[in-house]
Amino acid sequence: MAGHPEGRPTPAPSRGLHGWLDARYQLEGLRGFLAEKSVPVTRHFFLYYFGGVALFLFIIQVLTGILLLLYYRAGSDASFESVRFIVSQVKFGWLVRSIHSWSANLMALSAFLHMFSVYFTRAYRPPRELSWVTGFLLLVLVMGFGFSGYLLPWNELAFFATKVGTDIVGVLPFIGHPLLVLLRGGDEVTGATLSRFFGIHVAVLPGLFTVVLALHLLMIQRQGMAEPVEWERTPGRRMPFFPHFMLRDLLLWVVVLNILAVLAVLFPWGLGQKADAFASAPAGIRPEWYFLFMFQTLKLLPARIAGIEGELLGVLGFGAAGLAWLLVPFFDRGADSGRGRSAMRLIGVAVVVYMIVFTVLGWVLA
Amino acid sequence: MPSPSRREFLNGLLAVFGLASAGAVLYPVLSFLRPPPSGEANASSVRAATTDEIPPESGKVFRFGSKPGILVHTATGEYRAFSATCTHLDCIVQYRSDLGQIWCACHNGRYDLDGRNVAGPPPRPLEKFRVVIQGKEIIVSREEPSS
Repeated sequence: MAGHPEGRPTPAPSRGLHGWLDARYQLEGLRGFLAEKSVPVTRHFFLYYFGGVALFLFIIQVLTGILLLLYYRAGSDASFESVRFIVSQVKFGWLVRSIHSWSANLMALSAFLHMFSVYFTRAYRPPRELSWVTGFLLLVLVMGFGFSGYLLPWNELAFFATKVGTDIVGVLPFIGHPLLVLLRGGDEVTGATLSRFFGIHVAVLPGLFTVVLALHLLMIQRQGMAEPVEWERTPGRRMPFFPHFMLRDLLLWVVVLNILAVLAVLFPWGLGQKADAFASAPAGIRPEWYFLFMFQTLKLLPARIAGIEGELLGVLGFGAAGLAWLLVPFFDRGADSGRGRSAMRLIGVAVVVYMIVFTVLGWVLA
Repeated sequence: MPSPSRREFLNGLLAVFGLASAGAVLYPVLSFLRPPPSGEANASSVRAATTDEIPPESGKVFRFGSKPGILVHTATGEYRAFSATCTHLDCIVQYRSDLGQIWCACHNGRYDLDGRNVAGPPPRPLEKFRVVIQGKEIIVSREEPSS
């Protein structure tokens, strides 16, 4: 029997499918990677799960989205009718649509929780700046999914939310109007807008999301999960990823699936009234909850602030705040050493309180 | 000035070809994304309603070309018409008889019955239209620009 050049015996080649694949793709390396991968066990251990939950809900979105595609038709004279057909005629159509809508909301919630848990544990510090950046881009894409998907049933709430949302883009100086026309497929929200949003929702965003998600996950696999700063002095306990953490992850996914099923069954998503481009906006108009804090802020801004239109100032303010949030890892130079912790915490708490208060106000006062 | 080396020349040529190719792809794509102008002309005059349709202290949203307009029958018996597009963020306004004002549900913007923005976030007044009654028909047209 031929020996290993260094004297160790060559492992017997495994048989069957595993052996066949291993001979071609060296699965042993992957197995070694999985065996070594571990997760730091900290006080905030539970926070690690929200990213996985968001990923699970994304998978649900893809699957239910594909099912809805079998019956959905885009067009101002077809969308509302096709969604009504799905929820009233197709067997379990109401359930699939309800799961798609609830899962979208829970995915946005998980993504926000994941982002804030990373923020408050300052897990974005070097060398994980780009994990934060790709994570933020994923959150923006999730909001894009929500915004584009909201219009697809072509009901009046969605119609006006889209009018407002795209008009916000239009107030930007120079690029605003061309961008508005590009998004709407014209000057007004019409069937052309619906076609574009449909394309964006089912082709453009999934493509972009998959690329950014792959980068985000690759970075996490290459670098491992962030450890608390204190661990540089005294390392703490770690848990093997496989199978310990993965099984916990899977268990939580089962729990989330059950929560989703309960919500979808007990609170099925309504369809509302068909959009009419020549009817007044109904009272109680509001966008999805994760846009409410911005919606409410725009509502409260006066028409003019220091000679500038309030809405323009609001939109530019949100743009600047989003950019600052994206660049947090590059601003927070003390994250490495643990300096400036209370200042960053204060900023984070202020942002969370602002978002919660304005979301509640937007909900109550709508 | 020294003449460029063969390598520099080829690199330059490659860059020019690269940019030209990118342009040849991007220009048609960007042009494709910009929708062609819609065939619907901007109407200058429409029949908005009949006098039977809107009792005093009520309003009606009507189609004015490709855009919505609002016709209000005031408590004093006058008919007034404006663009129904809120100047804040493009929602369609409505007449609220309890307020005696034109109201936008999206961000609680308010206009008086001259179309002036009087409360909330709207930055500009509503465009005012001319109203002419011909028998029972209410004809709305764009106001002639004052010279």
